[in-house]
Amino acid sequence: MPVSKVFGAFVVNGERHEVAYPPHHTLLEVLREECDLTGTKHGCELGECGACTVRIDGKPVLSCLVLAQEVEGSDHRIDTIEGLQNGPDLHPLQDFFAELGASQCGYCSAGFLMSASELLEQNANPTRQEIKEALAGNICRCTGYIKIFEAVELAAARLRGEDAEPTKEMLHGRD
Amino acid sequence: MAGTDQDSTPDQPDPLLSGPAECGKHHHDADSAELRVIGKAWRKIDARSRATGQTKYADDLSLPRMLHMKLLRSTVAHANIKSIDTSKAEAMDGVIAVSTGAELPHTFGILPVSQDEHALCPDKVRFIGDPVAAVAAVDEETAWEACRKIEVEYEKLDPVTSVFEAANSPENRIHDYGRGGNLHRQENLEFGDLKAGFDEADHVREDMFFFEGNTHLPMEEHATLAFSDPDGKLCVMSSTQTPHYLHKALAKVLQDHLPAHKIRVIACPNGGGFGGKSDPFNHEIAAAWLSMKTGRPVKVCLTREEVFYTHRGRHPVLMKSKMAVSKTGRIKSLDFESHLDGGSYGSYGTASTFYTGALQCVTYPVENYHFRGARWFTNKAPCGPKRGHGTPQPRFALECQLDKVAVDLGINPATLRKNNLTEAFSLTANWMRIGSMGLGECIDKVVEGSGFMEKWGNLPEGKGIGLACSSYLSGAGLPIYWNAMPHSGVQLKLDRSGLVTVFCGSTDIGQGSNSILAYIVAEVFGLEPQDLRVVTSDTDLTPVDLGSYSSRVTVMTGNAALQAAERARDAMVGPIAKKLEIPKNQVTFAGGRVFDSANPETGMSFADAVAIAEAKLGTIGTTGSYRPPRAAARYKGGGVGPSPSYSYTAVVVEVDVDPETGIYTVDKLWCAHDVGRALNPALVIGQVEGGLYMGLGEAMMEEMAYRGNRFGVHKIPSMLEYKQPTSMDMPEIVTYLVEDPDPNGPFGAKEAGQGPLNPVMPGVANAVYDAVGVRVDEVPVTPEKVFDAMQKKAKGKDGRYGPTKLPNIEWPDSRKVRTPWQGGTGYDIEREEQMKKEKEAAAASSNQEGNA
Amino acid sequence: MLRLPEFTLHRPKSVRDAVAIMSEHGALARFVAGGTDLYPNMKRRVQQPMQVISLQNVSELHEVSGSPETGLDVGAMVTLRHLETDPVVAEHYPGVQHAAEVISTPLLRNMGTIGGNLLLDTRCNYYDQSFEWREGVNFCMKCDGDTCWVAPSSPRCWAVQSSDSVPLLAAMGVEVTLVGPEGERRIPLPQLYQDDGIDYTTKKHEELLTKVHLPAVGNWRATYKKLRRRDTFDFPVLGVGACLWFDGDLCEKAEIYIGGAGSWAMRAQEACELLEGKPLKDGEPATRELLEAAGLTAFKPTRTMDNTDHEVAWRKKMAPIFVRRALEECLRGEVATTR
Repeated sequence: MPVSKVFGAFVVNGERHEVAYPPHHTLLEVLREECDLTGTKHGCELGECGACTVRIDGKPVLSCLVLAQEVEGSDHRIDTIEGLQNGPDLHPLQDFFAELGASQCGYCSAGFLMSASELLEQNANPTRQEIKEALAGNICRCTGYIKIFEAVELAAARLRGEDAEPTKEMLHGRD
Repeated sequence: MAGTDQDSTPDQPDPLLSGPAECGKHHHDADSAELRVIGKAWRKIDARSRATGQTKYADDLSLPRMLHMKLLRSTVAHANIKSIDTSKAEAMDGVIAVSTGAELPHTFGILPVSQDEHALCPDKVRFIGDPVAAVAAVDEETAWEACRKIEVEYEKLDPVTSVFEAANSPENRIHDYGRGGNLHRQENLEFGDLKAGFDEADHVREDMFFFEGNTHLPMEEHATLAFSDPDGKLCVMSSTQTPHYLHKALAKVLQDHLPAHKIRVIACPNGGGFGGKSDPFNHEIAAAWLSMKTGRPVKVCLTREEVFYTHRGRHPVLMKSKMAVSKTGRIKSLDFESHLDGGSYGSYGTASTFYTGALQCVTYPVENYHFRGARWFTNKAPCGPKRGHGTPQPRFALECQLDKVAVDLGINPATLRKNNLTEAFSLTANWMRIGSMGLGECIDKVVEGSGFMEKWGNLPEGKGIGLACSSYLSGAGLPIYWNAMPHSGVQLKLDRSGLVTVFCGSTDIGQGSNSILAYIVAEVFGLEPQDLRVVTSDTDLTPVDLGSYSSRVTVMTGNAALQAAERARDAMVGPIAKKLEIPKNQVTFAGGRVFDSANPETGMSFADAVAIAEAKLGTIGTTGSYRPPRAAARYKGGGVGPSPSYSYTAVVVEVDVDPETGIYTVDKLWCAHDVGRALNPALVIGQVEGGLYMGLGEAMMEEMAYRGNRFGVHKIPSMLEYKQPTSMDMPEIVTYLVEDPDPNGPFGAKEAGQGPLNPVMPGVANAVYDAVGVRVDEVPVTPEKVFDAMQKKAKGKDGRYGPTKLPNIEWPDSRKVRTPWQGGTGYDIEREEQMKKEKEAAAASSNQEGNA
Repeated sequence: MLRLPEFTLHRPKSVRDAVAIMSEHGALARFVAGGTDLYPNMKRRVQQPMQVISLQNVSELHEVSGSPETGLDVGAMVTLRHLETDPVVAEHYPGVQHAAEVISTPLLRNMGTIGGNLLLDTRCNYYDQSFEWREGVNFCMKCDGDTCWVAPSSPRCWAVQSSDSVPLLAAMGVEVTLVGPEGERRIPLPQLYQDDGIDYTTKKHEELLTKVHLPAVGNWRATYKKLRRRDTFDFPVLGVGACLWFDGDLCEKAEIYIGGAGSWAMRAQEACELLEGKPLKDGEPATRELLEAAGLTAFKPTRTMDNTDHEVAWRKKMAPIFVRRALEECLRGEVATTR
């Protein structure tokens, strides 16, 4: 039997999305298939990879394990990768992800960026170890994480109002 | 760009008519100081899109009236299909079409010699996960439910789950082709005088090694969207690294329904590939067929579990290596035997088999070399090419064995390797042609950076340091199917807006191949990479490139792009020179302008220059193409291994082992990679760090485990239980880029995508030995194995964990090839003698004619 | 994409309503807290409730009350992230903070709750698999089949207790409150469990776990040591919860529970007896010997089998070492943040 749908409204990136969606679907499915917000990815649908990370009421969570019904309505704020940039300007995290190559295939990037954006809101000057721990729910298979760590550190510095430029070693290797 | 091309301009043949680029033709010996784009850390041209969620991967696509496809996969490892009843599924509300193997009788496979796959198994299943039926329904839930209603009756056969079982049960055949029984391939090649090498040697040792299989685990699960264009043409958009080969497979399987030119394949940006998306796949073909059958778009996105079944990852390989060395560690003779557990289908396996023997002599010189390789069919997910394709396994064996040799001879492992480097621009025993060779400098960098000479053998108990090296090819010298056409083609379109559009069939899987095209063309035209438009991986719109595999893309598409760009630029020079009333060799392209090098204010914008040229020449469009130079290896079996150039890598690994438990961490990693020239160092570092990461995963934890005693199920087909390194597992990494330009590379570039992975596994094993004095001759080096070896050592036994036997099989006579230093020709001796006889006969007959 | 089966969601606002809905639907209904255990199980079709009762809106379950001096009462819906980051927990219950921070990943700890973790389904790599995979082994005893594939001749299921919080909280003497249609009961945590991979809890189906009562701080020190492949994501393949009560150097009382080594967290009775009444001084050879002996004894009741990550023979050998190390940590009053 084809699945049936119900009507509901979701506040995503500050905008209200009124959609029809199957009531047993997760937030992941509703974002991608009903709201057309495909920036949020999936890599396992079981909470084992972090690709589907979004923020609900500020907290990064796995949208593949959140029932859409639970976050319906104006009581909940849902933030996705599509809302991270400010108009045409990239968020410093995105800017340094692009600058350093912290996104290679880019498939995990949305998840990392949502986790990292919360970290930097909670902790303006995280250590490398704190960054590793904050990103320990997101898997990346391309970069080896190093460029991601460095991008988060540089973004943190810029958000603190400091001059943040990649070092020569980050982009060219050690002499 | 100024000086570089002036010299070549007058000598160029008609730029619009000349043939494909070849070896050495585009050797740029210009100093990097003259380059404005190449060598700089530009952002990737799609970096913004990938960091903002705008990149559309295959499963992000959706079309009106789109159906969802699910495959019903075999739940038994080995069986004949007696019947399939789809009637209950077809009767379900929401099910639009169901297909089975009978509808798609033509086989396919990536290699012409292994056309052994069906889109849907018609009569036999060969592993748990083999697809037997496909359902297209209005939603994915309905398609899944419908699959549960398909009734398949199997006649079960015994599953074959290891190379030993494969060797011991030849009557229980998985395929009816190959070398008999369950032997898929068997090769026996001998170069030089093996016995002489063993007789002359100061030291000989024999070791066995095992490299467990592992998988790519790209973050993106494979997805495909197939639909018909309004004029009845089929379009397939897919997460594939090889749209050209997918196109060929679709054309073959669908040959009764539509011709090749009516099929369009578009490779979507890949969410990671690593070799796992380089075969044409059953789900791609089934989705295409169901879209034709229903007249509606059909999408399939595999689950993670299905991605494990799709696999094509690292072959498990059992190896025996017997090495004869001089006092200084020069390798006099090497006798190497490998047994590959191929899984259920051929895939790239024939090439994989050769690759376990191809590069042994490329890293260090081997005077005499014997390689025997066998690939076995088993009832497991098919193995294929994963980053490093067939070479990490023997590299693990050799680098661990060299470490043992160093200990045996009392030589520091770094010194032993430095004593033992292949020469640049030389030929190996098995006729691989080495170009530039920066391994010596790589070793120096990591040894100095890590303090290896002081630390090795001197760290406290539990702390250890290990060294390993490797080499890798920059693209296969031969295409997958025999042909004389270019391996890579590029078309350029320039128009009066000043826009340069680069068309190329290559596929960006995140490594930045689209950006490489932009950098090279921008360099030639004096533009910035972001000024260009790059259109790739669309078989309707872009010239053929064979695909993103074998580390071929930078060298091959780069050379083709360079040729196309130089042709266009050279064509423009005449009209511009005339307009500016200056000699042609003073026309300079830089900074978005075209001007007089003697008088830089005299000139025009690039757009105006294109307009002038367009007015004079008509529409400006050029092509470039690339075919690798002809290999020196001419013997049968010499088609795998030759490459335009080889990259070199050295790593040093530091570990901390808990002597009580065997649990260890990798604390720091130094890596130096000879990339020839880094077209964009930031991208190269990304490839190096990513390769090291993936190597660490293979070294420490990743394994494709099956339960042979439980029907042959995959033990752990999930992201959680297939262990891969997380952010918490990554050590500090120090990367050095060594640039020893190679004449065959665009601007001297060699590969970076695969090489840096290869030395990590032996580096870890060697470091564990330095830490606790035990040898784990198996990958992955798990705490269990370290613990086991330590316990053996504590009991006074051999402190080793590793295999002790190989399948005992008969080998055909070896194909004997004389080495270059024996005066060989690159052909095998039998062929040499035949050629000699032919020549003598020809001479005799011409003498006779002369006499007559 | 793996998707959930269809079901009806209920979102009660009170414990009373939640229990009432459960009583109405019985076996076809399930409570869901963070969803990080139930939803993957539903996607794999090992659990297929027709009615799912979400506890997200039951505000009383989200509360923490009491104090370290009298004991802390933690609502079942308090997230693991809260326990990990709360300064009061970190200061007074460092073992709890540590046991929380080593659970799965930061993302899952933002979602997962202490109540959910205490009632985590037992795990087994013949069970935590998709419907299709399980079809390949003709299903297993825990779901849809008859055979326990890790021990085919066994009459029982050997799925593994895999919650990190259970061994520690059991050792600490934590109690829990359960509310059912017939009212409320408060029991010591160990009584919540029984040694069976399928029926691993004594909680009645209609009962809701509402509160976790941490004991008042005192002369005890507790810790948790976890064995797993990676420092994130992974479930324990061995988890040692240990709590020692001291009078000066004298060990008054010892509680050791071993998780990840059977279908419930096992109390290491003999090991506890070995330690009780003995002087324990960190660094002294006699103490080291005693702790080693305790480790070897503690390992005896475990039932480690080949149904988790890591090789079974090695996991067995790690148990004595991890017990000894946990006891050493208790002795030192340190809670290691590493293995």
